[in-house]
Order: sequence, then structure tokens, then C-alpha cells
Amino acid sequence: MVVRFAGDSGDGMQLTGSRFTDATAMVGNDLATLPDFPAEIRAPAGTPHGVSAFQIHFASRDILTPGDHPNVLVAMNPAALITNLGTVEKGGTVILNEDGFTQHNLRKAGYDSDPLEDDTLDGYQVFRVPMTTMTVRATEGIEGVTSRDAARSKNLFALGLVSFMYGRPTEPSIAWIEKKFDDRPAVRDANLAAFRAGYNFGETAELIAVTYEVEPAPAPPGTYRNVNGTQALAFGLIAAGIKSGLGLFYASYPITPASEVLHALSRYRRLGVRTIQAEDEIAAVNMALGAAFAGQLGVTATSGPGMDLKSETIGLAVAMELPLVVIDVQRAGPSTGMPTKTEAADLLAALYGRHGESPLPVVAPSTPSDCFHAAIEAARIAVHHRTPVILLSDTFLANSSEPWLLPDVSTLPDIDPGFATGPNQDDAFLPYLRDDSLARPWAVPGTPGLRHRIGGLEKEDGTGNISYQPENHDHMTRLRAERIARVEVPALEVDDPEGDAQLLVLGWGSSYGAIQGAARRVRREQGVSVATAHLRHLNPLPANVGEVLRSYERVLVPEMNMGQLVRILRAEYLVDCESFTKVDGLPIFTRDVIAEILARVGE
Amino acid sequence: MSGNGNGHVDGLGFGQPGEEAVSETAVPAVAPLTKADFSSDQETRWCPGCGDYAILASVQSFMPELGIPPDRIVFVTGIGCAGRFVYYMDTYGMHGIHGRAPALATGVATSRPDLSVWVVSGDGDALSIGGNHLIHALRRNVPLKILLFNNQIYGLTKGQYSPTSEEGKVTKSTPFGSQDHPFNPVSLALGAEATFVARTVDTDKAHMAETLRAAAAHRGAAFVEIYQNCNVFNDGAFDAVRAKGRRELNQIRLEHGKQVRFGPEGERGVARGEGGRLELVDVAEAGEDALLVHDAHRLEPSLAFELSHLAARPTGPTPIGVFRDVQRPVYGEELALELEETRASLGTEELDRLLHSGETWTVS
Repeated sequence: MVVRFAGDSGDGMQLTGSRFTDATAMVGNDLATLPDFPAEIRAPAGTPHGVSAFQIHFASRDILTPGDHPNVLVAMNPAALITNLGTVEKGGTVILNEDGFTQHNLRKAGYDSDPLEDDTLDGYQVFRVPMTTMTVRATEGIEGVTSRDAARSKNLFALGLVSFMYGRPTEPSIAWIEKKFDDRPAVRDANLAAFRAGYNFGETAELIAVTYEVEPAPAPPGTYRNVNGTQALAFGLIAAGIKSGLGLFYASYPITPASEVLHALSRYRRLGVRTIQAEDEIAAVNMALGAAFAGQLGVTATSGPGMDLKSETIGLAVAMELPLVVIDVQRAGPSTGMPTKTEAADLLAALYGRHGESPLPVVAPSTPSDCFHAAIEAARIAVHHRTPVILLSDTFLANSSEPWLLPDVSTLPDIDPGFATGPNQDDAFLPYLRDDSLARPWAVPGTPGLRHRIGGLEKEDGTGNISYQPENHDHMTRLRAERIARVEVPALEVDDPEGDAQLLVLGWGSSYGAIQGAARRVRREQGVSVATAHLRHLNPLPANVGEVLRSYERVLVPEMNMGQLVRILRAEYLVDCESFTKVDGLPIFTRDVIAEILARVGE
Repeated sequence: MSGNGNGHVDGLGFGQPGEEAVSETAVPAVAPLTKADFSSDQETRWCPGCGDYAILASVQSFMPELGIPPDRIVFVTGIGCAGRFVYYMDTYGMHGIHGRAPALATGVATSRPDLSVWVVSGDGDALSIGGNHLIHALRRNVPLKILLFNNQIYGLTKGQYSPTSEEGKVTKSTPFGSQDHPFNPVSLALGAEATFVARTVDTDKAHMAETLRAAAAHRGAAFVEIYQNCNVFNDGAFDAVRAKGRRELNQIRLEHGKQVRFGPEGERGVARGEGGRLELVDVAEAGEDALLVHDAHRLEPSLAFELSHLAARPTGPTPIGVFRDVQRPVYGEELALELEETRASLGTEELDRLLHSGETWTVS
């Protein structure tokens, strides 16, 4: 079941969607979500530009993507209808806020005739509900609530209505409203009244004849919570701080969508987290690097444009060989691009987007909850190998949520900072004397006797003294490449249930859900044999990638870019991988991958 | 050392590996620090005759006074001739990229209030490419000592005009003379509401030591402009306040609580003239009572700003010394202590509780 809530960006659709998501998770359905909103905080009301939507896919089987075609559309005004109706499955359900369909709003949305009167909605099951009017009526008599305030609670009416339709429990939403508006009793009461009115309307009105029951998904036993990629990432960073015993130092500059990580982490002083909102992107990454020198787990996060600004400092971290985690929540580019839309087109920039030879490890989470583990992995590599690490998330992962089987924290990897404590060559301390993994010692200011200076100028290996010697620079350049190549990464795992697949679908990042979903569907419904694999480490690549690629007749690589991973695979392994590219600001959908698979297996 | 006013905090659990043995037992036996303890084994590579040599010698000589072991001192620099400073100090050091030293240093200082953190920068590094970081470090009042070596020229890139070069300056990049209006670094720092702003001269060892002492004692960000002669690309830019025979006439030494007067016999001074503006006067004419008394502790910055504008350029009588020295909460200090205490007690239990916060459900 795929439900899409759509309205003006001021209508509170994201809130409605996220509350519905939590209630859905509570009843044990598996789910995935896709918030879809404009960059403008309040685009002109009533226009298609200002439409904000939230989609949730839930079912009793495991869900991997937010769904392709909504079965149910909740549209608060004509603009929401005109921009979203095209995606609704034929025969699907459309629930409309009738009060939003004024002549004025119809004109702003671009309708020449009233879709409620003409044939626009033929073939859909349509419910016209005067949500604004009913909300205003339900809140009459609450002291301190104007009719304008009341009308703004109509999103809670919609939430109540849909909660009834899908048998969601009301307690979590009621408890949430009570807590959220604890200090504003009038608003609290208005929202509660609106929510209850919507729920009761669903129950009593004859308009809605069918209620849907979705059985809980079969899931491995354990404790679950609902989590989106941003929360999971924040939790992962906190976990890395605790597991390493290092102070988590997070500096960033506000940018959509990465600001959410700052918001999430800034609440956790009680868990030892220090956050700084820096004066700009460059300051943020420098503060994190300075903190790393001082013995902290230095982390910064940004999105595309911020990565451009940080690149010089990331190069400095490569030269200084200090641990640093740089998170790029990718968004559609170039330049400002589409700040709220997803894309995965920063892969080559992460790998190569710095001057000079400046290799570093790159890690990409595959699902919202995987952001937790990927954050720990990035921190582990950074600390153990004394290197900046780029974590490539994206807008889709950051905003999507899914049920997360909470890990046993005692099984999380330990991270050992292994600070230098004394001289490493006779009585001397050489800051660039290396261990077997080619990592240099991390000697923190305040440690007696280990005073040293590091910087961006080329250093003599061992002593760390400035050196312009030709043979030393050649040696250091190769050494910096080698030490990243030596970072241990797990082998690429292949899922080939029949064992006879000719086609391998290889993905990275947030395409995981769509690829897995597509493979399952074609195996089940078309009897097609197809293998899948997913790259979590983009640098260094797992040692067996070449062998895996060469063991399939064809390799399909779906990407939300113009084929960046394919370039790397072709260059590294001389295998003619095939690209499926999608750059429309939306995630890769299951249907996209199914079509590409079927086109290649001769269906 | 706690409470010695050196702008750093110690003995609060920020200890690093191996430190305890030294600080608890070895310190009493250690001989007093000397200049040699702060001098690294690296060969200094500035041009012969550069003002940076004098500054380096002064700083190395001054450091023992702090009473802080070199292991707890961090120098952070950017790019430019001044950037090399870090390699010559036998302390911990970071040589960052162009303009970003205040941001790097903010990361060091806010996470480790037990360290004494010094930034060395130049007029191009701090006022051009890194202007933003400088003003933000100052307005936040990050506990940093920022030394700006102002030579009014780009030296390392061989002689382009800088943001402090005078209008009309002919350089390699301005063959017809610069059209840019220059920054007055002291005015800029005051505009950013820095809590400590001072100026000194590279070769005036005693005045520099006095100024560094005051900067070190200040809690929070301290900004010190140092007039530094570049004898290759901009020789003599500060002769009015630096050269023997002229400095005696032109240095206006600001001292808190004292009349602002100058000249070999103190025969000249600063007084408020008609229209309320500060003016240079002959004491004999204006009278002792008319002379301005300097107040560096005035929270309201307009007097300091007026003083910074007494001389548009350092070509005549020019104030040096401490313009402003006021107290404001030090950025991040309390939080750092709180976090350090919190972290000591964190473990997997707290992590587990975090993951289970909010709404959860169980599948059996």
C-alpha cells in the first residue's frame, strides 16, 4: 500500500506523513518513506511550485523502496492534485479537501475547468471531504483559537481520517500532539480536536465504505524503531564517539539537506557531543580538522556545494594524515541545482575532486538504517588509518525512514585511537614514522615530549620535515596511494539464489532498495534469474570486484548520475559494464530496474 | 598554573597519554624554561633582514614567562611568510591552508581548553583570503592569541599589493597604482568587537614583550597587529614608528589609565578638540588637563576606535599598545569542561538507551 499526502508547503504535509509513518511502524508494518518538498520554505500558496508531498509505502512483506505508484492520494488543494494525480495508479483512491477547491485555487493550479466536475477523476475512487470546514467546526469553542488557527489544523484532520482508514492506533499521534504542544494548550486542543474529528469522520461517514487492514510484516525477532537516514547517521556518529572514547566534535554550516544532521546532533550534549555552527563551509571543515589534531573525532557534513568549498581542506587532511569524517548528503546539482531533490552524482568528486594526488577512502550507506553502520565504519577507517574519509549519503536516504532492528551495541566494532604516548625511534619522536598499515602516529598536543609540526607542505617520510626532494615526493605520493589501498574492506557479496544468472545488477548507495525489490519481483513473477551485489566501499574497492564482474555475461549498473561508477569499473577492470542512469531528482524506483532487467534477459 | 590568567585551563582531566607521570612527579625537578626550549631544530628560511626574525626571537624569549610547558602550547598558521613561523617554534604546531588558521585553531582551542593556542598570520592571510574566519573568531571570543604580521605587501608571492597597502601603491600587480582603500587592522578587529586589541612593532623587543604579556593574560581572543618590515618588497613602510630618530617622535604609546602623550619629552598629546574629535596637540598649548586619559577597559568601543583612526597610515604619529582589553564570556570554555566530565562516564549502556529512545516495538 502506497499513500501519498500532498498539499501546500504550509499545510503541514511532512508532519502528517511522518506521524502516519510512526503509527504505521508501531503496528509492525514494514515501510519506506519519501518526503518530497520544494526548496522554498513557503512558495506562493496554491501554486504547483509550492506543493509539498510525503509518500509512504507499507505492507506486510518487507519493503525496500517508498513505492512507485501511490494507491492513495490525499490532496489538500488543486495544485496538489494536478502535480500528483499522474503518479496515482489507475483505479486508485483520491481523497480531496473539498474546501481547497475554490475558483481562485483552481486558477492558480492551472486548471481550466474544475476537476471535481469534469472527467479528470474518472476511473479513480474519489472522496470529497470538506476538511477545512469540519476542522473549524470541530475546534469551535476552544478558548484562544481563531478560525484561522483552526483551519491550519486541517492536516491533523487528514491524519485522523487516514489513520482510521488504515486502522492505525490513535494513541501515538495523540500522545505526540499532547507533548509537542504542551506549552500551548489552545493549539494542542485544536489539533487534538481536528485529529479526532478526522478519525471519527472516517468511522461515521458513509462516503468511505472500505477500510484497509494491512497485516504486520514478518520480521526477525528483536526490538525495532523507525529511523530515517539523518537520525541513523547522527546515532552512528555518537556511537563511534562512545566506542572510540573520543570526543565527538561536529562542525557544519547550514545547507539543505545536511543541516538536519546538525539539528540532530546538537541535542546530544549529554552524550558528550560538541557541535558548532561555523561561519562557512570552509571554517566548518577546518574546525573539525583542528579538533582532530587536538585528539577529537572531527566530523563535518554538507551537501554538494559545500563539498566544493571543503575540498582544499580535505586535501590538507590527506597531507596531514589526520582522522576526519566528511559527510556529503548528495543533492541534485550542478551549483545550487535542486536542493531538496536527490542525486548521487558526487562520486567522482569524492574520489578525485581535489588537486594533486590525494586519495582517500569513500563509504556509501545503502539504506536509512545502514547510515548508522556506515558512520561507524567511516569513523573506524578514519581513526585507524589516520585519514579523511568521505561518507556519501543522499537526500533520499537522509529523509526516508524504515523500521530498524536495533543492533546489540556490544557487537559494534571497537575503535582504538591508539594515541602515541612516547618516542618511537630511540629518544626521538618521528611524526611520519609508520606502522604496518602505513598509518602514522597520532600524537595529541599535551603529550609530553612528542611536540611536532604538521602542515600542507610536502614532508619527508619519517621526520615530517619539509622536503622538496624529487625522490621523496615521488615516494610520498605512492605511499599515500598505497596506504589507502591497504584499508581493509570486506569482499563484495553476490546474491545469486539460482546460481545460474547471466546478468548481475551492481549498485551503490540508495539504489539498494530498488535493485533488491526489482530482483525479487522478476525472480518471483517472471522466473528470471538475476544476480545482485551492492558496493558499500567505493574506495578502496573490495578485492574481489574484478572477479565478480568477469563471472557474469552482462553487468547492469543503475545510478542516479550519468554513469560515474561505470567509468570507474571500466577503467579499473576493463569490463564493459552497462549503465542505467537516472537524473530527475527522484530516487531510482523498482519499476525502473525491472524494466532494465527485463530488457536484458530477453523477456 | 590555574588562575594565572594565561587564558588556558589545566588540571581538569584533559590529560593525554603518558602525561600524568610527568606533570605529577617530574615537573618540580624541571629547570625553568628558557628561549632554547621553544626553538626548534629547523633552519629559519626567511629573507635576511626580514622583520620576522625579530618577532620570532621576541616570541621565543617571551614564551618561558607564560609558565606553560611547550607540550601544552599549539601554534597554528596559514600561508604566507608568516606561515613558516610554526616550524621554528618547538611546540605543537599546525601549518594550515591559506586564511584558515583561525578556524583550525578554533577546533583546537574549543575542544582543549587546557592548551594555550596561538595563531600567526599575515595581512594577506588574515585580512584578504581569511577575513571571514578572523572576524568570526574575534566576535565569538575564542581563546586564541592572534598575531597579525602586517607588512602591507604580499611577500611569499613576490610583491603584489595587500589589503593593507596604501592607495596608489605601485606593485607588480598594480603598475598604475592600487585603487583599493586599505584596511586598518586594529579598526577591523574593534569592529568585530574583539575583546583584546593591540599593536606593536617588530623590532621593539620590550614593547612587544609587554604587549604579548597583556595578550596572554587576557581571557578570550586577543588580537595583536605587529608592524613588520619586509625589507625586500616593501622596505621602510613603518619607518615613521620604527626607525631610530623617528620612532621617538611618532610612537604614541597607549597605557591604560594614563594620559595619552608622546614625543621625546612627552611634550605632545591627544586631546578632544572642537567638534568632539580627537586631535594631536602640544601639551604646553592645550594644557595638562585637556589630555585624554586612555581607558582600555571601557566596554563601549568607540574610544578605542577613535584612537585607531588617529593615524590613517603609520606615516606620522601612530598609537601602539593596548587599545582595548575587556571581559566577555570565553567561547566554549564551560561547555568543554562539561563535555569532558560527561564523556568520562559514557559507555555502551548510554548508547543502548539512545538507540531505544522514542517509540520502539518488539517482534517476538
